Order: sequence, then structure tokens, then C-alpha cells
Amino acid sequence: MAPYQSPKLTVQDIAGMVQGHQVHRDVYTSEKVYRLEMRNLFTNTWVFVGHESQTPKKGDYYTTQIGDQPVIQVRHSDGEVKVLNNRCPHKGTKIAIDREGNTGKFFRCPYHAWSFKTDGCLLAIPLKKGYEDTGLHQTENVKGIKPVGAVYNHRGFIFARLAEEGIGFEEFFGDSLSSIDNMVDRSPEGRLEVAGPPLRYMHKCNWKMLVENQTDTCHPMVAHESSAGTAVKIWDELGNPEPRPPAMQIIAPFMSPYEFFEDMGIRTWPNGHGHTGVNMSIHSDYSAIPGYFEAMTQAYGEDRAKEILDENRHNTIYFPSIMVKGPIQQLRNFIPLGPNKTLVESYIYRLVGAPDELLSRTAMYNRMINAPTSIVGHDDLEMYERAQEGLMSNGLEWVNLQRLFEGNEDFSSEAVENGTTERQMRNQFDAWSRFMTSTMEGHAEAAE
Amino acid sequence: MSAPSKDQLIDFIYEEARMLDEGRFSEWLDLWLPDGHYWMPLDYKQTDPHLVTSLLYEDMFMLKLRVERLNGARTFSQKPKSRCHHVIQRPFVDEMDEAEGTFVTNTSMHYVETRLDEQFMLALTATHSLKLVDGALRLANKRVDLLNSDAAFGNIQLLP
Ligand SMILES: [Fe+2]
Repeated sequence: MAPYQSPKLTVQDIAGMVQGHQVHRDVYTSEKVYRLEMRNLFTNTWVFVGHESQTPKKGDYYTTQIGDQPVIQVRHSDGEVKVLNNRCPHKGTKIAIDREGNTGKFFRCPYHAWSFKTDGCLLAIPLKKGYEDTGLHQTENVKGIKPVGAVYNHRGFIFARLAEEGIGFEEFFGDSLSSIDNMVDRSPEGRLEVAGPPLRYMHKCNWKMLVENQTDTCHPMVAHESSAGTAVKIWDELGNPEPRPPAMQIIAPFMSPYEFFEDMGIRTWPNGHGHTGVNMSIHSDYSAIPGYFEAMTQAYGEDRAKEILDENRHNTIYFPSIMVKGPIQQLRNFIPLGPNKTLVESYIYRLVGAPDELLSRTAMYNRMINAPTSIVGHDDLEMYERAQEGLMSNGLEWVNLQRLFEGNEDFSSEAVENGTTERQMRNQFDAWSRFMTSTMEGHAEAAE
Repeated sequence: MSAPSKDQLIDFIYEEARMLDEGRFSEWLDLWLPDGHYWMPLDYKQTDPHLVTSLLYEDMFMLKLRVERLNGARTFSQKPKSRCHHVIQRPFVDEMDEAEGTFVTNTSMHYVETRLDEQFMLALTATHSLKLVDGALRLANKRVDLLNSDAAFGNIQLLP
């Protein structure tokens, strides 16, 4: 008997998993869907790679993944940041395995010493005469380490599109870039620098649960009652001492009531991007840091400085897989390792020219909220992992995304809505479905 | 106690580990001096707790919050509760300043934490700064260096 062949997912299958107000649980649990995401979604979209300050000098490199694809971010001899597939064109050996380093003027594969310029071009092969008249020069392998399809550096943030052809960077992100711009503008010199290595937190759940949670404003007061609620209780018992302990500034706002989150507002942009905190956010009430506003005023003038600092966006999703917190200078990268495995890397950045106290608060935020040792992190991960297990139930196969759903939503232009809407989650799935299927076989017919 | 002997310093470290393993967290909090910090660096041989991220750098408010949360009625990540287990090597006493009443120990440990069907182990070195206050040894600061601090972890919910 022939082995059972699992049927291939079609464009119709994928499109059918997203129904506006609900999605089929297979989007979170299916290995086949995950493979298609890696092959299509993470190939057709612009995915975050790293910050240019991770590779400041020529020859500096840093290794990471775009979806499941190993890549190297490297500063080429012309000063540009390149992104290369981390694979020797000879036998497939990873060219670099340390997380960061400096390779000098060229990469040299440790296996057979093929060497490459830092833009990937082949430099030399030992004992080259062995390839004379073999046709090697006609192969793709002889060209060198293959770069990704396209790279774009937006104010220091490096994004890449694996596919050689596809949507342009500016068209893909549009006005959502205003959140990165605001984060960078918060530096009196208009420049960020990465501050140390990221927190690395392993989640046994699908990557999309994490992305959705970033704009899920109806969970903090419930899932985080154990940490934020207890913080408020302890502070009360202590007689509400001032200045408030740092935990009260950073963790306690999670207990804000539903009305607060409703008023915060949510903005969605085309292609799956969006953010919470249109009008204000849980980051609005941090204490002022001496010298910072003065430095900003000196750099930008008072009006512009105020305008920059009055923007208190909470979480901005750059679809598919990062979240940026402008007022905190934090970026979280949700790296999918399987349908039920996601590595979360949480980076922080220094506002160049700003007082150290800001970075100190940022580092505190990162460890209090996003570390594997963080009590707030424990609250969230527990929910994701329970959901990943619960979704295996066949009793009900659909996941509901219906809060403030109005039917027939149009995501092709910007919208601002009540801060508790699940519209941003629906926006992500609209983009998901489009970028999953746009290069799938049968896409043209399906569209007709 | 006037000046503690080396044995008394070492006993303190063993007793602290036992408190954590037996879940006697309130008693454990009472070991601390009010301005102490529990520091778990993220980077190997990290020197700065402030301007780069750490896994933990917690003041007494945070430690109290952490301990109270463990027993909360709505602490879902502790339903069921985690348990932990320290196996410790005999501590080195690195500093004994009897005039100041300050002492530093260095202890290698294997830490095991479990919940439901999961169990993981961390190898670590703990540096305890102790102070003699009113005849009793107290915890002034504690630094925990994980051997694999740069690895990706799932939840670490109790205190290594
Ligand atoms: Fe949360």
C-alpha cells in the first residue's frame, strides 16, 4: 500500500481559514500552515532583521533568522548593511554560528575555505584547478553567499524581504513607520543604539498568539491581576509611599480599568500594521527625568520637542512579527520556530544624547515585563500555552475575533477606533491571508 | 552572634537554600536588609545592572510582590504550584571583614524547578553579600550567575 499522502493546502483552504470575525484553529496548530507561512508569508513581506548599531564597524556581523531562514546581517566594506543567507554555497555549512562578531574584509567558510566578500560575492576557492572544465562557473553556487531579496534600512532598523520581487518597503509599511520615527526622534540626536543583548524567552505556542496579544487590551486587568493587582495591594498596605516604587510605575498601570483601555484607542494601517495608545497609554504617566526635556528642546525647539514627547503610543505591530514600544525604546521580535514554538527576543535601545536614567527605566521595563523570570511574562505565557493546548480540542474549531466587529471591514486605509476593538487582530489576518496566498499556485484562478 | 565563624556563614547559605526549597518565602524575605537587591545578570560576567537588561534586578518591593503573587488566588501560572530544589557545593568564603561586619560567599549550585510534567535544571554560581546586624546575619545583596544566562528559557518562576 502506498504511504498516505497528506493533501496540499490550496489557496481556497488558506483563505477559508480566515472569516473576518473568526479564524480556524489550524492557523495556530497546523504544521502545514506553518510551513506555508515560512515559504510564503515570511518570504513575501518585509521582516525585521536587526538594528544597524549591532553591526557598527566594517566586517561586524550578527546572525539571526527571518522566519525559519538563517541569515547574517553584516556591515560591508562600503559601509552599507547587507543581509546574506547564512549558508555556504558549497556544502551548506553555516558561515557564521556565533551570535555576533567581526569577520574582517571577508567571510571564510570553516569547512573548505571558500571565501567571500562581505556582500557575499565569491572571492576564492582553494585548489581551483579541480573545477576547470566542470561547469562550476555556470552554477548559482559559484556566485557566492546569496543575499536576501531586498534590504531596507529605515532610520537604523534593518528590514529584509526574502523574495527578490514583491511589495516595496514603503508601500508595505506606509504611515506605520511613524511609530519607529517617533521612537528615534526621542533621541536628541535622532539616533538609537542597541543596549546589550536581548532577553530570549522561549514560548511553546504559535507566534501569532504573541503578535495578537500586543493589541489585546482586554487581557491586562484579568491575566495580570496576579502581578499588577498584587503590586497595588502591597503599595496600599505600605501606606502608598511616594515616590512610588518603580514596580508601581511600570507594572501597576496594567490594572487600569476597561474604560482606560477603551479611551486609549487603536489605529490600524493597511498590510497588518497597527498600534494601541492613539490618545494616551499606560506609558503616559512616567515621571519626568531631569535634563531630558531640556536636551530635547535644545535639539528640536520647544514645540517640536513637546510634539514628539506627547505621542505615547503603546504597542505598534509591524506585521508580521515585531512590536515596537516608542516611549520605552523597546523592540520585541517574535521568531517562529514551529507551529507551537516561538522565540521572543526583547531588545532595548539607548536614546543617543539623552540622560542615562531613561535607559535605566527602559532596562527595568524590559526585565520586569518581558524576561523569562518576569512575573508579568509568567502571566502571559501561561495563557498562550493553555491556548495552544486547548486549541487541540475538536469540540470547537473556530477562534473568535469579534469584539467591535462591524462586518465587511475594509483594511485598505487607516482607521482609528475604540481601544478595545479586535480590529487590529482581524487586520493582521487580512494581511496574513493575502501574503500567504499571493505567490501560491492557483492564486490567479482563485482571485477570479 | 558577635563575629560569625566561617561555619556559621556557610550554614547561612545552606539554610537560605532550604527555605527556598521548602517554600518558606516569607521567612526568606525576612533575611533581607531593606535596600538589598537580587540580581541575575543576562550577560556572562555582566558588570552593570542598570543600563543593560538583566534577568532580575529586584528591590524588596519587587521581591515581596513576587512572593505574595505566588500565593494569589488568581495566579494562574502557579496553578498548580512550581517546586524547586537546590543542590549546593560547600560555599567559598571570599571576604570576611569582621570590623565592618560584612562577608561575601561564592557558591556553586544546581537548581531544579518543576511544574506539571516539566522539569529543568540550571547550573549557577551565587554570590551572597552578608552583613551582621544586631547580632544576626542578614542578606545585603545576592547575585546569581547562570552558567547559560544567554540561552533562551521558558518560565523560571521561583528563585534560583
Ligand atoms: Fe499581557
